[in-house]
Amino acid sequence: MSEQAITEADLHAYVDGQLPETGRAEVEDYLAAQPEAAARVRAFRAQRDALRQHYDPVLDEEIPASLRRLAAKPPVAVDAKKQPFLSRWSLQRFAAGVVIAVIGGAAGWLGHARYQGGEQMVHMSPLPRQAAVAHVVYSPDIRRPVEVTADQEDQLVKWLSKRLGTPVTPPKLGAIGYELIGGRLLPGNSGPVAQFMYHDASGQRLTLYVTTENTTNRDTGFRFAKEGPVNVFYWVDGKFGYALSAGIDKGELARVATAVYDQLEHK
Amino acid sequence: MDSSALLTELPRLRRYARALVGDRAAADDLVQDTLERAWSRVAQWRQGSDLRAWLFSIMHNLRVDQLRRPGLNTLPMEDEDCAVPARATQSDRLELGDLGSALARLPEEQRAVLLLVAIEEMRYDEVAATLGIPVGTVMSRLSRGRERLRLILDGRPPSTNLRVVR
Repeated sequence: MSEQAITEADLHAYVDGQLPETGRAEVEDYLAAQPEAAARVRAFRAQRDALRQHYDPVLDEEIPASLRRLAAKPPVAVDAKKQPFLSRWSLQRFAAGVVIAVIGGAAGWLGHARYQGGEQMVHMSPLPRQAAVAHVVYSPDIRRPVEVTADQEDQLVKWLSKRLGTPVTPPKLGAIGYELIGGRLLPGNSGPVAQFMYHDASGQRLTLYVTTENTTNRDTGFRFAKEGPVNVFYWVDGKFGYALSAGIDKGELARVATAVYDQLEHK
Repeated sequence: MDSSALLTELPRLRRYARALVGDRAAADDLVQDTLERAWSRVAQWRQGSDLRAWLFSIMHNLRVDQLRRPGLNTLPMEDEDCAVPARATQSDRLELGDLGSALARLPEEQRAVLLLVAIEEMRYDEVAATLGIPVGTVMSRLSRGRERLRLILDGRPPSTNLRVVR
């Protein structure tokens, strides 16, 4: 085996002790000559050791009694509707309700809310779902997609900042082809949230949903969710949650999300 | 299936679930669901076959179902899909010491492969069988996952398309 024949897979197999004896010596020769590869191998080893060190203590934890009981004997009747599944079932029903609401539009949404009653209070909607529903409800509206239009941007900013209790400004996306249409105030899980709407030259609309309700969530990286036809990029930054929704493809939406993120970060 | 054999596997199932899911309660819920499904499908388990591998693949399938559940339908971002915007804020840097949060920033499918290899010490073909994917896919996910984790832990969060040299 020449040095060129050492593949990425060989390096991993070397780290994981899954190379045959002969291959090991060749990888070692290769690493001796390739400091960059050797550094990566060291880093991968260190990762593995760190992971074991970090998670091995779980092995010594006392196992919760409920799990021990369940391991010891089968549940009396294996029935998905039984107690442990209750919360999940209601969650699924709730999620199904949201899908119906998306299809049925605002009327369906209101009916669902009434029908589901208190459950909505118990299960707070995740950010991407809230944002996607808001997008589906308002973005197709021809006559009144926003409450305050972009020609009154100053007022919009002042109003939303006041209602959300913190400065909120719509990012400028003109450079990447999206112009602000305006914005509106919406009810979130526990208070007001803001929605900004943009469109491009072809009329394609996207919405940026901004909440200040994230008291418990840690910051996240970019996440992607798909709600029916709507793609959503969302992230949490301090108390702010942001979700960018549109019926455009993921790559294009990622481009816009990057621009939004950069502006929010450098304001 | 022998219940004492099942009990023996519990600590490892919990360790893997914890590393995969992050949150302790959610991880134990996943273990509980795994046990319930294992009992309900006990007829499918062949005596003498590898119980651990069977349980891990049940857990994997449950996790896939969970991630597909409506409303929580978040998809892992593949590096090649598009340039993933970088997060490099001050607060992120403070968390770098936390391996768990670094791990959480890997796409789930890369995390699963990395954990099965690194923590469970599974052979690549066992990982492939457990996750129901080809060995080649195991290798590429392992490679991408390790490289990504390395960059995150180095404080250089992977930003644009990450090229892994083969």
